[in-house]
Amino acid sequence: MFSACADPKSIEGLQWLLCYLTTGKHVDFYWSFATVLSLLAITAPVAMGFGFAGAMAARSQILPLRWLGKGYTGMVRGVPDIVFFLFFVIALDQGIEWLNHQVQCPDWTAPIRQGLEFRVCPEAKVPLGSSPQWLHKLYGFGLAILTFALVFGAFAANVLYGAMQAVPRAQLETAEAYGMSQSQVFRRILVPQMWVYALPGLSNLWMILIKATPLLFLLGVQDIVYWARELGGAKTSAYEYPHGDWRLYYFLFLLVFYLSFTRVSEIILGRLTAKLSRGQATAAGEAMRKAGI
Amino acid sequence: MKKLMLATALLALTAGASMAQTVRMGTEGAYPPYNFINDKGEVDGFERELGDKLCEMAGLTCEWVTNDWDSIIPNLQSGNYDTIIAGMSITDERDKVIDFTQNYIPPASSSYMALSADANIGEGAVISAQVGTIQAGYIAESGATLLEFATPDETVAAVKNGEADAVFADKDYLAPIAAESGGQLVLMAQEVQLGGGVGMGLRESDTELKEKMNAAISSLKADGSLNAMIKKWFGDAAAVF
Repeated sequence: MFSACADPKSIEGLQWLLCYLTTGKHVDFYWSFATVLSLLAITAPVAMGFGFAGAMAARSQILPLRWLGKGYTGMVRGVPDIVFFLFFVIALDQGIEWLNHQVQCPDWTAPIRQGLEFRVCPEAKVPLGSSPQWLHKLYGFGLAILTFALVFGAFAANVLYGAMQAVPRAQLETAEAYGMSQSQVFRRILVPQMWVYALPGLSNLWMILIKATPLLFLLGVQDIVYWARELGGAKTSAYEYPHGDWRLYYFLFLLVFYLSFTRVSEIILGRLTAKLSRGQATAAGEAMRKAGI
Repeated sequence: MKKLMLATALLALTAGASMAQTVRMGTEGAYPPYNFINDKGEVDGFERELGDKLCEMAGLTCEWVTNDWDSIIPNLQSGNYDTIIAGMSITDERDKVIDFTQNYIPPASSSYMALSADANIGEGAVISAQVGTIQAGYIAESGATLLEFATPDETVAAVKNGEADAVFADKDYLAPIAAESGGQLVLMAQEVQLGGGVGMGLRESDTELKEKMNAAISSLKADGSLNAMIKKWFGDAAAVF
């Protein structure tokens, strides 16, 4: 990166360290933090959307929709995350390619499954074999986001379902007495009041989601854990910057990163709880009213 | 992001048939000097140089991809990449599920590396090896206790911190580590010949690509440039054709 780093073998001390920490590989490591953060930034709202839809479906008057909502939460919550991650991503990827194959190559005669091989025509590969590597990475990242959102959406659905049930019946009845329709009651009374009941569960989910991001590594996305292991391993002089086994320091750094990230989240979520409790017909809201906050 | 993904999907769908053949080369990127990720973050090593040369001779465009060792065969079969060029020895078990080109490294020795030259490596010893390698298979049958790790680096670290009595791997991988350890680690005298040399792994249905690669390897062998490349990366003592 810097001209002083052109010959790493001749420099030492602090400058060596500075050069070492700015190699292309380390820049990849720093970028992987952006990968993890953008995964969280995209997954959280999408999972919330899945959760909201799931909770609404589970409460629906229409029986098949109710089955769908309950089936979704029941299935995903009942399968270990790792199994779901390993199975779902492969199944989804092959499913997309299979569908694409049916559209693109109708006259393809060779079987798609040949023993252990999964072989669609070259035009049906997603992304195409000739696509640049970043496209493959983006596709993998997209699959990861969808999988994370599905898993955490199922948990969020259950939390939101419980929160909707927890809103006092009297509140809803009063609204009905004022002549509001079912959808008006839902929009104006139920949803605004349920957040305070949902927040403890959702904040738990957020923490678990942060801590689940190393699962990206399992999905072949080169996340911070991948790079920490890769960079920390002992390096011989085949590399420009040989060093011993430094995995301890790299993983310690990740530990600090995750701890401070969850700590900041805790503080923000605490403030949000206080804000949402104000004026609510809950014990916390009542306490705030009495204290005059 | 969503829009970008949608656009990407559309692009992938419509890009269609008119493409030059791109071969995706799958490697582990953690086994110097065979293959490793250098400080620029690119795949480097003997197999990078060889692979690029082979692609150039066969008139193919090649793209390098890294994948964990333990899922490197399944991901070849499901089409994530088209070749495995990762120091993989040709064995009968592997040949049942994938195809190999002719070897581009002759059958080489595997050795033990330990903290002292007289360490126990027989009955009752704990030997570390990378999961799914011929070395791990050998240790499992040798009577010693096998300690498996996902990456080669961890197998060496296990010896340093006393978890294992010795590590068993390709000699070409261990030799530079022993030489640079400042006497902490020593290669043991006993060497074992395993496997039929290192070859490039391909899907069994990819016969056309196999022919192209075989032809390119043959001509590299014939003009001696493969031997020169082996000596460049593995030293003058390395086995050549």
